[in-house]
Amino acid sequence: MMTANDPTQPVPGTYLFDGKMAKKGYGLNKMCFSFNEQAARDEFNKDPDAYCAKFGLTEAQIKAIHERDIIGLLQQGGSIYYVAKFAGLLKLNMQDIGAIQTGMSLEEFKAMLVKRGSGEA
Amino acid sequence: MANIIGAVTTSHIPAIANAMANKAEETPYWKPFFDGYPPVRKWLNEKKPDVIVLFYNDHGLEFFIDKKPTFAIGVADEYHNSDEGWGIATIPPVTGESELSWHIANSLVEDGFDMTICQEMKVDHGLTVPLSLMWPGNEYGHVKVIPVCINCEQHPMPQPKRCYALGQAIGKAIESFDSDMTVAIFGTGGLSHQLDGEAAGTLNRQFDLECMDKLVDSPEELTTYSNLDLVKIGGAQTVELNMWIAMRGVLRGKVTELHRNYHAPISNTGAGLLLLEHEMPK
Repeated sequence: MMTANDPTQPVPGTYLFDGKMAKKGYGLNKMCFSFNEQAARDEFNKDPDAYCAKFGLTEAQIKAIHERDIIGLLQQGGSIYYVAKFAGLLKLNMQDIGAIQTGMSLEEFKAMLVKRGSGEA
Repeated sequence: MANIIGAVTTSHIPAIANAMANKAEETPYWKPFFDGYPPVRKWLNEKKPDVIVLFYNDHGLEFFIDKKPTFAIGVADEYHNSDEGWGIATIPPVTGESELSWHIANSLVEDGFDMTICQEMKVDHGLTVPLSLMWPGNEYGHVKVIPVCINCEQHPMPQPKRCYALGQAIGKAIESFDSDMTVAIFGTGGLSHQLDGEAAGTLNRQFDLECMDKLVDSPEELTTYSNLDLVKIGGAQTVELNMWIAMRGVLRGKVTELHRNYHAPISNTGAGLLLLEHEMPK
C-alpha cells in the first residue's frame, strides 16, 4: 500500500520531520501542541476555523484539518507527535490513524501488524 | 561511590497505561505482554535500588519545537505528569534526586555533553508508563528518578554512537558520586515501529530480536547504525532504540541477561523487555 509521495523523502512512505518540515509546520504543530490543554480542545471544537486562524495555519493545513487528512497534515509539516494530539481530540488512536494513512480498514491494519509481529511478513 | 546494580529496558507505549487503567492485563491481547513483567518487578523489589536513571523521549508534553533540547536532564526534587491531549489518566508525582542529578549534570558538561538542565519538567508517558509497569498501582513514590530525555522527534537527532557515549559518561558520573546509594538504569521506548506516513505499521521482529541480543553482548555493533538506518530497517520511530543504547553505555564489564520478553505487536510496536546485571570492575 506504499504510495509514491514526496520524492525528496529518502524513505518511501515516510515523512522525516527535519528542519524543513519543522519550519513549514510550525503553526500547525503549535496548535496541536496546545491540545494538551482541555480548554484549548474545547475552544477548537467550538470554532475550528477561528482556532486555526489564531495559529496562522496555511490554507493547505486548514484543508487537511477539515478533512482529517493525516497524510496531508504530515506533508504540510505536521510532526506525528502533535498530529497524534489532534487525532486524540477526534477520539482516534494510533491504530485508527495507521489505518487511515495506509488506506486500510482498521481490521486489515491490525491484521498486518499481527503478521509482521509474528514474523510471518 | 554510588553503585550501579543493573538495568531494565521496556516499552513505554501509551496504550499500556490504558490497558492497566482498564484492568485488561489478563485479556488474550495483553497477557503475553504483561506476563513478562513479574520477574523484573521481583528483582526490583528484592534489590530495592535507591535511584533510577531513566532514559526516555518527550512526545510533546514538556518540550515543543520552539526549543528542542538534544539531551536534557532533570535536577528537580519532584516531577509531574499532565494531560497529553488524549486522556491517559494522570498519575501521582515522581520523586527526584536533585543532588545526584546535579552531580551528573556537572560531570557531563565537564565531559563535553552540553545538557539542557531542567528544574521543572513535566514527564510524559515515556517516563511514567515504565514506572507504572514496574510498580503496579503506581507505588513508585519511594524510588528516586533522574529523567534523561533524548530527542527522538526532530531530525537532526543524536546518533546511536553519541547516545552510547552519553550512557558511558553518565556511568562514570554515577560512580564518582560519594554515596553508598544503589542505582538502576532504565532504557525505555522502542523497539521497531512507525506511526506516520503510508509506511505506518512498519515493524521488524527479526531486527528487534537481533537488537536485544546485541544489546547484551556486542552493543558497539548497534552504535554503527545511523538514525536513518534505523528508520529504514524498523520504521520511523525505531530511533527510540537510542534510549536502550544509552542505557547499555552505562553498564560495564561482563553483562548478564537475567530475563527477557518480546511480544509484537502491542499497538503498532514491537515490545521488548530486558533485565540485565553487570559485573562491576574492581
